[in-house]
Amino acid sequence: MADTARDAPPEQTDFHELEDGEELFPEPATTQESQPASLAAEDISTNSNGPKQDSLFDDDPEDLFAEATEEVSLDSPERDVLLSDGPSPAITPITPPTSVITPRIGHTHDDMFTHSSFDEIEEEEGGDSFDIHISVSDPEKVGEYMTSMSLFKRNEFAVKRRFSDFLGLHSKLASKYLHIGYIVPPAPEKSIVGMTKVKVGKEDQSSNEFVEKRRSALERYLMRTVKHPILLKDPDVLQFLESSELPRAVSTQALSSAGLLRMVNKAADAVNKMTIKMNESDAWFEEKQQHFENLDVQLRKLHTSVESLVCHRKELSVNTAQFAKSAAMLGNSEDHTALSRALSQLAEVEEKIDQLHQDQANADFYLFSELLGDYVRLLTAVKGVFDHRMKTWQKWQDSQMLLQKKREAEAKLQFTNKPDKLQQAKDEIKELEGKVQQGERDFEQISKTIRKEVSRFEKERVKDFKTIIIKYLESLVQTQQQVNKTVSDIFHHN
Amino acid sequence: MSTEEVKETASVLSVHDDSIKVTEVLKEGDTLTFIIVSQKLSGTGEYHVDRTYEDFEWLQQHLFSQGDVPGIQGVIFPPLPAKPQVNASPRSIKQLGFLALGECQPYCKALETFLQQVAAHSILSKNKAVEVFLTSSDPPGRQKVKKNIFNRLSQAVEEMRKEGHKDVDEFFQNERDHNLILTGCTKTAAEKFLDVVATEQKIAVACGHFSTALHLCVEPGEDPDKQAFSRVCVKLSEVFESIKKNMTSVAENNVNTLGLGLDLESRYQEAEREMLFRRTCKLVELENAQRNVEKAKPVKKAAMEEVKKAAETEFEHTSGVAKQEIARFQGARVEMLQQALVGWCEKQLLTAKESADQFNQHLEVFRGMA
Repeated sequence: MADTARDAPPEQTDFHELEDGEELFPEPATTQESQPASLAAEDISTNSNGPKQDSLFDDDPEDLFAEATEEVSLDSPERDVLLSDGPSPAITPITPPTSVITPRIGHTHDDMFTHSSFDEIEEEEGGDSFDIHISVSDPEKVGEYMTSMSLFKRNEFAVKRRFSDFLGLHSKLASKYLHIGYIVPPAPEKSIVGMTKVKVGKEDQSSNEFVEKRRSALERYLMRTVKHPILLKDPDVLQFLESSELPRAVSTQALSSAGLLRMVNKAADAVNKMTIKMNESDAWFEEKQQHFENLDVQLRKLHTSVESLVCHRKELSVNTAQFAKSAAMLGNSEDHTALSRALSQLAEVEEKIDQLHQDQANADFYLFSELLGDYVRLLTAVKGVFDHRMKTWQKWQDSQMLLQKKREAEAKLQFTNKPDKLQQAKDEIKELEGKVQQGERDFEQISKTIRKEVSRFEKERVKDFKTIIIKYLESLVQTQQQVNKTVSDIFHHN
Repeated sequence: MSTEEVKETASVLSVHDDSIKVTEVLKEGDTLTFIIVSQKLSGTGEYHVDRTYEDFEWLQQHLFSQGDVPGIQGVIFPPLPAKPQVNASPRSIKQLGFLALGECQPYCKALETFLQQVAAHSILSKNKAVEVFLTSSDPPGRQKVKKNIFNRLSQAVEEMRKEGHKDVDEFFQNERDHNLILTGCTKTAAEKFLDVVATEQKIAVACGHFSTALHLCVEPGEDPDKQAFSRVCVKLSEVFESIKKNMTSVAENNVNTLGLGLDLESRYQEAEREMLFRRTCKLVELENAQRNVEKAKPVKKAAMEEVKKAAETEFEHTSGVAKQEIARFQGARVEMLQQALVGWCEKQLLTAKESADQFNQHLEVFRGMA
């Protein structure tokens, strides 16, 4: 599906959306978003000959990333009004990633997906559409293509993607990777209320905020996905980033992260109902699970705390604006010229400070609240993989038990005179032995994968938080300096 | 000391009016006692007295009931803040406005201002009650003073009818119109500013909670990732403590400068309004008396004439004093507000600079973290 030649590694893709609809969202400056400090090129891996199987399990997979920007646009999700808890994603399950992780990601895989079981759905024309630019950092795909370049070029791609496409991408990745232990970043939530407002054409602040919130969430989602060394190489991801046209996701019942959570909870319930007393031979897993439980609780608390902070900031902004108005009125009513002027200036200062408070509130929100929210959702994915490990173990155990039964049955059959049945039993046993072995392998594989994933996750977590905090502090300092400047200007005029 | 004794002799205040300070407030159960210190004019030392709010009311009543002082109705009486309560009801908190915020510093400042203004007033300071209040080691008598002409309740009833009564003097008509507008504007501005300060305090509290919540994220263990995250949490917790401090300072500054200024201005505008109203009532009285003279039968005419003359005199005295008071008031309030604004600016600049420095420090720490 990718039109561009794949000789040179496409470093950068721009996603532009040009809709004939009104632009509800004026071009935001994308430059600000496009400096993900966390993706600054630190060490460039020297594995430029393509990843070997083992290199995927390196301890520092982040080395492959460098700074590049790609912009993603978003089109009206009027099409994904359906809010269902997306049972199973309507996508053919793909074989485990071992086949995907080859040095060459060619077009062949793309073609396979292009003509897979996606039904075409009639395009809906018209409606409200809006133009959003997202900057996402694209990792350099240094080792991906069969070139020996260790430099990187930058190409820009522009593709249009709908919100449902993002959800579709996530559900594909989840179905492929979650059950074998990879922590797949959850997609942003759908929000009917927010989207309805935008569609109705309300140009008020809350719908602008919603649009920005969604844009930001999608950008972060993509960034997390491409930061993952395995997911990055997935053909679905590549197709998403580069193809000019994506086949439509079958239904808009794509698996949002809420849906995912429901699925995970269902799985968890099922697991609990079976009262799996897993013989945890590995204390590491027990400890980690506990750790993530605790973390979940703490992060939720933090999130609540920050939300309340954001709420108050917004309130402050409103109150300051109202005060500014009343001060202006007072200034107008005042006879005494100098005092009148002073009061009017007070009103001006307050208005400016109000704007600063607005910015501060936004900073609080986007940076912390969203980060914490993201991590709370990420933790559900983490819990999911742990649960999948348990299920894998259970499957293995079941196979073992079944094998045991069959062996007993076979032993009994030996004393009877039923050669056909005996043969059948022997065949079944053979099959089951294979299953048991596979089960054990699967279990070990998922355990190994989870260990790697958790380690990567923990490192990412620290980096993420640090980055956000630095950004936040910088904005704080700036705000203070601006307050200083504003007030001192007024002061020195008197 | 009985009220009669106090009224007999006018006195000269023996302390410097600008030296009067309300230095602290003591709380015993539900009672608040204020310590008032003032410097003797003679330079030989200072007076320390303790007074409750009821004592302040006693003083105010005495000032109100100086019916024998000509033109007393034309005086703009320094406004006494509303009564403070230890466990204040929401209504009383609303009534106190800025003065309810903070420990008691704003309130004490407001009381202090009241005393200073009374002591500085050319007419009011002559009342012996002031001297007694500021210098007597015994608490002043706490008997209720007889009802005075400034009883607010009675005013309220007539207010609707008389307040709009057209004036005979353009100067006063202008002043009344202007006062009406300003009173409304100032009250609104004060209320809105109070909302701002209240929200700032809420933010400070929220920051404190966030800071505490972060501490709960600290995990023990030797895992380097865990330790790294714990470090981040601890440092961030410190950042939010700083933010909390900043917000608290900002709120405090706001209260102590502009907040107090707007509060005082608002109460003073009300005081002027009351004075103007009293004068208007005198005008109405005078006009009634004039009509009575015209309507009177010859038998009663002389008596009516007397009444009219008395009303005229009182009205003239009141207007005379009022004019002086208004001039003084206008000058004083402009100065007060300008000072409040300047003080506000200065404090804000100081706080903003301090905060910027602190945040910069935190920023360096984070940047330096591996």
